[in-house]
Amino acid sequence: MGRLHLRYDMMAVLTIGIRLAAVLTGFLVLPLLVGQLEHKAMAHMQARLGPMEAGRFHGWAQLVADGVKFVQKEHVLPDRADRAMFSLAPALALLPYLVILVVIPLGPSLLGVDLDAGLLFVLAAMGVSVLGAVMAGWASGNKYAQLGGMRSAAQLMAYELPLVLVAGSVAMAAGTLSLPGIVAAWSLWWLGWQGIGAVVFFTAGLAELHRPPFDMPVADSEIIMGPYTEYTGLRFAFFLLAEYAGIVVLCALTATLFLGGWRGPYEQQLGWLWMLLKTFALSFVVIWMRATYPRLRADQLQQLAWKVLVPLALIQTGRDRRGEGGGVRCGYLGPAWCTGC
Amino acid sequence: MHLALAIALSAALFTVGVYGVLVRRNAILVLMSIELMLGAVNLNLVAFDLLHHDRLRSGQVLALFVIAIAAAELGLGLAIVLLVYRNHGTIAIDAVRDHADRDPATVDRAS
Amino acid sequence: MTGLDVAVLGFGLLMLAAAVAVVTTKQLVHAALWLVVSFAALAACYLLLTAEIVAWVQVLIYVGAIVVLLLFGIMLTRSPTGPSSDVDTRNRWPARTVALAVGALLASTAIGPFWSTYLPLSASSAGSAKVLGTALFRFWVLPFELLSLLLLAALVAAVVLTRAKTGRSDRPVLARSSSGRGPAIGAGRR
Repeated sequence: MGRLHLRYDMMAVLTIGIRLAAVLTGFLVLPLLVGQLEHKAMAHMQARLGPMEAGRFHGWAQLVADGVKFVQKEHVLPDRADRAMFSLAPALALLPYLVILVVIPLGPSLLGVDLDAGLLFVLAAMGVSVLGAVMAGWASGNKYAQLGGMRSAAQLMAYELPLVLVAGSVAMAAGTLSLPGIVAAWSLWWLGWQGIGAVVFFTAGLAELHRPPFDMPVADSEIIMGPYTEYTGLRFAFFLLAEYAGIVVLCALTATLFLGGWRGPYEQQLGWLWMLLKTFALSFVVIWMRATYPRLRADQLQQLAWKVLVPLALIQTGRDRRGEGGGVRCGYLGPAWCTGC
Repeated sequence: MHLALAIALSAALFTVGVYGVLVRRNAILVLMSIELMLGAVNLNLVAFDLLHHDRLRSGQVLALFVIAIAAAELGLGLAIVLLVYRNHGTIAIDAVRDHADRDPATVDRAS
Repeated sequence: MTGLDVAVLGFGLLMLAAAVAVVTTKQLVHAALWLVVSFAALAACYLLLTAEIVAWVQVLIYVGAIVVLLLFGIMLTRSPTGPSSDVDTRNRWPARTVALAVGALLASTAIGPFWSTYLPLSASSAGSAKVLGTALFRFWVLPFELLSLLLLAALVAAVVLTRAKTGRSDRPVLARSSSGRGPAIGAGRR
């Protein structure tokens, strides 16, 4: 008996190990794919060639070349910088996204770990990542970096509230905080019911990632590169990687919460493909928005958060009414139309 | 696990918080020390909740309430700190003596 | 000593060490970051005690909101990047004495009766979202609503306190007036 148990335990450990290795691979590959997508899609949108030399075909090796270049660059530690914080900040910005990827489901059982409170965990980790930018801004000992750090702190505080509110709305609709549970409870008419929530979540998430048009903290025409001004070489590459990993995480989360994750035709066999397709479609929207909209001013950013997104999030939350059957019913389409809830 | 371990950790954390409140001069550092004390209280609440296992889950619910109230307290506390900084140019808590009970002629404004 | 005891003790000691760093460091920003470490270790202790929701709420609120707010406050009060000399008062020894007395009192009164009490942590769902949510909205609805009122009051109060008076709003924001009442960066309405 004892031997059997031991073997069972070893199997469990092995399964977890394989899952974590798969998550790590995804974490290393997916952000690079998004980065490559951004290079190519933006080049086409702006009717320019972009880098086309590396690797012969369409410049596919440009990212590899960029990576090699970053590794070769010198580490510069500014004189007035806070050594320990300056070196730790890139890791703090990057690691939370790796941790988040562990709980995002690719399929009904294709995920690292199924946490009972997965949604709360994900929201908590996303907040930690922004701390990296604030730390970097402070530790650089540079006025522009500090201004950038302050701006990202202000932005985080403004956009965290609508983000958490609409995530709560989805959790109420699904009746669970577990991410696979939410996807399992999802059905097509949620697109209309939780539609406002989806838009608010995506927008607020973009603002937390400092992606254009919400890139006030790194506005290069005013404060050079914000918190990342003093960073060079590999550390700067970590921040770039954190940005793309953030895009992957945000898009995967939006797909999981609002677009039904692995749900789609032949979901038993092709679930992982639907999830990846949804994630990359959303990533394309992120890139599209960068190429389309001009940067918002600081006061416009705050007004968008407090005067538009927070009220919308409250409306979304208020629309989740509780039905007689114990489940949450949509108070929007009316009970005659929707029978599935 | 032993309950005494949780209690000892909580008491030690509270001690550190008390020390911080008493020794720190910067108002923001005092606020941080208060957060440490609230964390110690929460650890106790959670530990005793697991001991009693009542239907109300009072310990854990109260811990959640404490966290929410701590957030409110800190938001308000920082607003006051910023106001003090705006009016006095410093947030050293022993320099803000506008309401001290002494002769107005000898009041030294730290700004 | 079981493995769980050792784990709780390890995270507890990390929490204490970080807390000591919070109250002794000379650099304000370091204090905020040690606070993050301390609260993360505390959350790990909650997790080990099977209080899952409390742990994640702790990380979400403290690290995502409170520490960022504190860092924001530190930056708005224009603290220097390097160590500052005047973060402590001179009564270090009285503070130590009082703190140790409080700690001794707490430990002696609370540990004694529970010296040999053993926490049964077999019910792994004790801190799950379902159990806690049911308790919260079945038995604690009124306190919960009162809490929302309290948060609203705090929100309004914070806005009222930090808002510049309307008469002063057209002064230059960064310039200090002669009375030493110049508003901090970003505090005035622009």
